Amino acid sequence: MMTLKGIGVSPGFAVGKAFVRHSDDPFVVAPRAITEAEISREIARFEDALTRTRAEILGIRKKILNQIGRESSDIFNAHLMILEDRTLIEDVIALVKERGVSCEYAFSTILQRYFQAFAQIDDEYLKERISDIKDIGRRLLNNLYGEREDLGALKERGIVISHDLSPSDTAMMDKNNVLAFVTEIGGPTSHTAILGRSMEIPAVVGVDHVTSKIKTGDRVIVDGTHGLLIADPDEQTIQEYTRKEQHFIEVTTELDKLRDLPAQTLDGKRISLGANIEFHDEIPSVIAHGAEGIGLYRTEYFYMNRSDLPGEEEQYRAYKQVAERIFPHSVIVRTLDLGGDKFLSLLDVPHEMNPFLGCRAIRFCLTRIDIFKVQLRAILRASAHGKIKIMYPMISSISEIRQATEILTECKEELKKEGVPFDAAMEVGAMIEIPSAAITSDALAKEVDFFSIGTNDLIQYTLAVDRVNEKIAYLYEPTHPAILSLIRLVVVNAHRQKKWVGTCGEMSGDPAIAVLLLGLDIDEISTSPFVVPKVKKAIRAVRYTDAQAIAHQALKFHTGAEVKRFIDAEVNLIAKDLLAEE
Amino acid sequence: MDKKKGIRKKIEVQNKLGLHARPAAIFVQTANRFKSDIEVIKGRQKVNGKSIMGIMTLAAGLGASIILHVSGDDQEAAMEELARLFENNFGEEANRPS
Repeated sequence: MMTLKGIGVSPGFAVGKAFVRHSDDPFVVAPRAITEAEISREIARFEDALTRTRAEILGIRKKILNQIGRESSDIFNAHLMILEDRTLIEDVIALVKERGVSCEYAFSTILQRYFQAFAQIDDEYLKERISDIKDIGRRLLNNLYGEREDLGALKERGIVISHDLSPSDTAMMDKNNVLAFVTEIGGPTSHTAILGRSMEIPAVVGVDHVTSKIKTGDRVIVDGTHGLLIADPDEQTIQEYTRKEQHFIEVTTELDKLRDLPAQTLDGKRISLGANIEFHDEIPSVIAHGAEGIGLYRTEYFYMNRSDLPGEEEQYRAYKQVAERIFPHSVIVRTLDLGGDKFLSLLDVPHEMNPFLGCRAIRFCLTRIDIFKVQLRAILRASAHGKIKIMYPMISSISEIRQATEILTECKEELKKEGVPFDAAMEVGAMIEIPSAAITSDALAKEVDFFSIGTNDLIQYTLAVDRVNEKIAYLYEPTHPAILSLIRLVVVNAHRQKKWVGTCGEMSGDPAIAVLLLGLDIDEISTSPFVVPKVKKAIRAVRYTDAQAIAHQALKFHTGAEVKRFIDAEVNLIAKDLLAEE
Repeated sequence: MDKKKGIRKKIEVQNKLGLHARPAAIFVQTANRFKSDIEVIKGRQKVNGKSIMGIMTLAAGLGASIILHVSGDDQEAAMEELARLFENNFGEEANRPS
């Protein structure tokens, strides 16, 4: 049994047979270490693959010779000679022995050397020979991997394990047969993650070298909740996870019953419960999970992985589609939040020492008004087709709000002159994710229609904890007293100006924290679509007055751990089964 | 190891296809029939004459100048056979640089 760690991007559990698909470039082979005892077996495996490949080519040559003729079959003689090339074979075997690596890796490494040598030769004819070698190399690697299949060949239910999943890969596969996804690359917003969540199957990304560690047909367990892949599990573990899987399905089915019910407390307090999305493909998932609208529509996606800037028309059509599909609910479009860990290659932005504190989000937009206006015009135009609200990320002071509003007004006037319709009363909000904005929220509240507290970044900036640094992950405490005080402050300041406050971070996924946020008088909670039912259940299980009492008490503690212990105990007391599934 | 110094011969590639594809294959097949070590040298590059991949990386085209280095028990016979391949232009129609 071996447990591999990755990032869980879609929760749930699956036990089943692996279906491994290797990189699209067959010569990109992840290194796999082998033990000294395995070396002779590895070499035998290589020799065996050589023999089988040779037999294949002899078969093809014979067929060609009979059907087409001698000239055409000659090329296969060259193929056979490559297979029999002692230098090549000995180099591979030497690499296996010296470096203790798998023969797939050794073979592809040696071949890469030849590709490089050939590529440097100024001879078109020889450069073309690379394709012959690739052809033979691919054949040999196929034989080494054993069953190496296209996703299209997924004929029985299995767990798809791949280097990466592209939209075209997923288009090919029979989705009814996919129990889970595991990939080597990707993050929480990768295509695999989105797909896993929208299909509601477990998905784990970022599992190093998984395609070389697992073979097609191996029995594996995927734990999308905790980001694990368990290879070669023992019977006891299989039973344990089969139980977990069943329980997860029961809980999910139970939660789905809440879909059409409001996010309302036992004593009648209703809050707005929305979903965070990045792609419009996620809308079915938003609807399926019973979210009331979209509390955060991230727009960075339009700007990433392309060589030009997205135009007004393209963005307009996308925003319009989301607004129409989510109607009668509303969608909050967040303007471009580039920077930090995601930046545009096409903009040639200089490298920064401290990108999270650098020229990102609204700061960037205010220096590139040309780019900003294209997006603002697109959002305004789409606002004529549904309920759209707009919010600016990374607001740190009132002057940024004023500048942004000025540019927005300019866009409105342009559209008016052009006779293009838009919602003149479109609400404008500020994201509160920088402590300075939270602290001055009394003044900010006068400038906007609403606040949305971006808790992920608010925690990062308030506690000075890099979210992606594992060493200090223990310092990342959503229940830190400083965070609770800031949230409380923002809510009080907003309500004093009759403005509403939402949150759009991940912390509300914890039912006890959802109750705490309710008690802190948050008006709206927006979270990942699949977390929505969990939050709804928490809201529906408690009284608003109890939540308020819990929040009131929670504000008195001095450490995040004390707060967490307290709210867990309290919530457990008033709604026993809420935390049981965690 | 054989202590014999081996024999060397300078050859100019005169067949149209050069020491590519089929000629390369014929050369390597022939070389493999002998026990001697066979090296092919072009400029500063030296490859194993029994390796098709090696011969191909030499990229010895029409007009290239190469040196054959053969050493071993059957070195004379091997050199004779290999040199003859070049003399016969690997069975291609006789071709002179035009």
